[in-house]
Amino acid sequence: MRVDLQNPEPPTDDPRWRSVRTAMRRHGHQPNALIETLHAVQESFGYLEEEALQYVAAGLRVPPSKVYGVATFYHFFTLKPKGEHTCVVCTGTACYIKGAPEILEAIEQEFGVGPDQTGEDGKLSVLTARCFGSCGLAPAATFDGEVAGKLTPEQAVSRIRRLMDDDS
Amino acid sequence: MIPEELKDVAAQWQEQAGQYAHQVYVCTAAGCLSSNSDQVLESLQKEVKDRDLHEQCLVKGVGCMGLCAGGPLVAVQPDGVLYAHVTPEQAPAIVDALGDEPAADLEAIEADAPFYERQEPIALENCGRVDPESIEECIGADGYAALARCLTALSPTEVVNVISKSGLRGRGGAGYPTGLKWSTVEKARAERKFVVCNADEGDPGAFMDRSILEGDPHRILEGMAIAAYAVGADQGYVYIRAEYPLAIERLRKAIRQAKRMDLLGGDIMGSNFSFDIQLRLGAGAFVCGEETALMASIEGKRGTPRPRPPYPANYGLWGYPTLINNVETFANIGPILREGADWFAGIGTEKSKGTKVFALAGSVLNTGLIEVPMGTTLREIIFDIGGGIPDGRAFKAVQTGGPSGGCIPEQYLDVAVDYESLRELGSIMGSGGMIVMDETACMVDVAKFFMEFCRTESCGHCLPCRAGTPQMLGLLDRITRGEAVMRDLEMLEELCDLVRNTALCGLGQTAPNPVLSTLRYFRDEYLAHIEDRTCPAGKCKMRSTTEVNR
Ligand SMILES: Cc1cc2nc3c(=O)[nH]c(=O)nc-3n(C[C@H](O)[C@H](O)[C@H](O)COP(=O)(O)O)c2cc1C
Ligand code: FES
Repeated sequence: MRVDLQNPEPPTDDPRWRSVRTAMRRHGHQPNALIETLHAVQESFGYLEEEALQYVAAGLRVPPSKVYGVATFYHFFTLKPKGEHTCVVCTGTACYIKGAPEILEAIEQEFGVGPDQTGEDGKLSVLTARCFGSCGLAPAATFDGEVAGKLTPEQAVSRIRRLMDDDS
Repeated sequence: MIPEELKDVAAQWQEQAGQYAHQVYVCTAAGCLSSNSDQVLESLQKEVKDRDLHEQCLVKGVGCMGLCAGGPLVAVQPDGVLYAHVTPEQAPAIVDALGDEPAADLEAIEADAPFYERQEPIALENCGRVDPESIEECIGADGYAALARCLTALSPTEVVNVISKSGLRGRGGAGYPTGLKWSTVEKARAERKFVVCNADEGDPGAFMDRSILEGDPHRILEGMAIAAYAVGADQGYVYIRAEYPLAIERLRKAIRQAKRMDLLGGDIMGSNFSFDIQLRLGAGAFVCGEETALMASIEGKRGTPRPRPPYPANYGLWGYPTLINNVETFANIGPILREGADWFAGIGTEKSKGTKVFALAGSVLNTGLIEVPMGTTLREIIFDIGGGIPDGRAFKAVQTGGPSGGCIPEQYLDVAVDYESLRELGSIMGSGGMIVMDETACMVDVAKFFMEFCRTESCGHCLPCRAGTPQMLGLLDRITRGEAVMRDLEMLEELCDLVRNTALCGLGQTAPNPVLSTLRYFRDEYLAHIEDRTCPAGKCKMRSTTEVNR
């Protein structure tokens, strides 16, 4: 079998690889498309798994060590899958001053999931971000993508509880 | 499209807009959106449609209107009425009141309220007025007219001269004279040159650049194209944070629209000037806002900075001369060419010309986005425009410049804000984050917050920053727990000095600033934590003395 070095086959026949392939092609498989391609992987799969990193390395002809180096350098990329539900707490300056640490503390107490962690059962990820641009409504957080402002720790906990309850 | 056609598009749009007797603008920027302004927009559109008013009344979503604390905001023109805290249910009342006195049950903000009256929008002139997704409307509001004029009437050197004469300085933080930077790139001899827009906006309490990009993206494209014409570049990049999906979407759309109209791409407006713009997404690394790290990131590498010189103006992307400017810097270019260098130079202070956009947040009544002439005092910004401190609390300090800046206390509130004055006070202008703090904020805790930020964001490339920031954070942590002794404070000061003087890039060099400025003005708070083991603001959870002694 001939392996096409310039355009290796995706690891599986999952259709989501198509957008990754398109991203590489759009940049002519240039090594400088690495970050753009990793964005495409994360957008399609939610995180960067090892075989994806290998595939990207081959597709752009960049050493796997370099791909790994870039993937771990940038906070936006994650090598682990996220939980079913995500709560992102803003820890920008305005939100910090107005009580973001107390919100994180309350969530950790209630659900046992600390900042930038995913619970063991894979149900909840708690992430932090720097400034949503909603400083006027500090402290702010998002619950499965929906922004909420002027939060108290109790409200944050009950919003998450509601997300989890909706599943059962 | 050639320049004459541009005028036709503008005239067409103005005529079309003139046919509406009423225009209703709903803010759909991040702040208002998080209080459901999208539903307000929908219900207003439905109300107008249901009453068959859609030919007389235009309802549209616009970028940030500034007064985020009052969101969702709805403006009605030509009545000049601005409603705050609007709910979807209030749509009928707003439509009832069109062309009349403001609806009685709604919260209307006076047009001459100090919040708006003290401001002077230049970078934000179209923000909150135009539909950012309509290029025709942007052209109707003078968009791309300055570019047309450059291409037809000015030589590249003349454009550089206008910018130099205007006195514009970089809005990304350091305040480097923009004209000088442009002229360096213009003079550089190379086969290729690049123009980069820095939209990484790393300050963790600031959203000026984001609001401009979301509210008026074409202005940035135009500014970049003018810059490219002036310095002789044919390719541009906008390096934007991945955390700003709406800004990314709007920029992408704007680029597509501009290309379709020949305002970007090959042979722009029938001239022989070609310029293309691509987006590059950041991936959550503060250090990538630093220009050399940013370029490494555009090249697809880890975002580690390198020593300067050589400066990007001579040796930038892939080794070619590269012009890097901040979003707000580019936002000022169009107006300067339109109104002239003298007009711009007539605004502001002796050394800092024009206006500055600030994101006003924290313990202040009117949180939001403001643009004021350089030289406005902190007191005017916080108390007149900002409306002062809520809940009857006392002002303590204002933080400017984010993680590279510092805290300014009450006694300096009457200082006129410009690059030099803030530096003298131990802070910096920075990109425009301005966080007001009241008596409940602990200054040691604030210093710790920023140090924690710098430690997380240190790229690890140089030793002073990689090893110094955790050490400083550890000491601050001890102080806030009531476990520190005076020797720790001395060590902290020594470390600040060391890191400031030896770190490779601006991140490390300025990381000690929040500590140094709070030590300068609030040393007694540090001492209270150490000697009395108490936190005067009541913020820090101190270990009791017995625990410590054990
Ligand atoms: C650690 C660090 C972070 C920076 N972050 C930003 C940023 O987020 N946005 C920005 O425009 N400039 C940032 N800068 C400044 C840039 O290096 C550069 O000076 C600026 O983009 C030049 O544009 P200007 O001349 O228009 O200000 C940062 C600098 C440092 C040292
Ligand atoms: S600091 Fe949280 S939204 Fe700006």
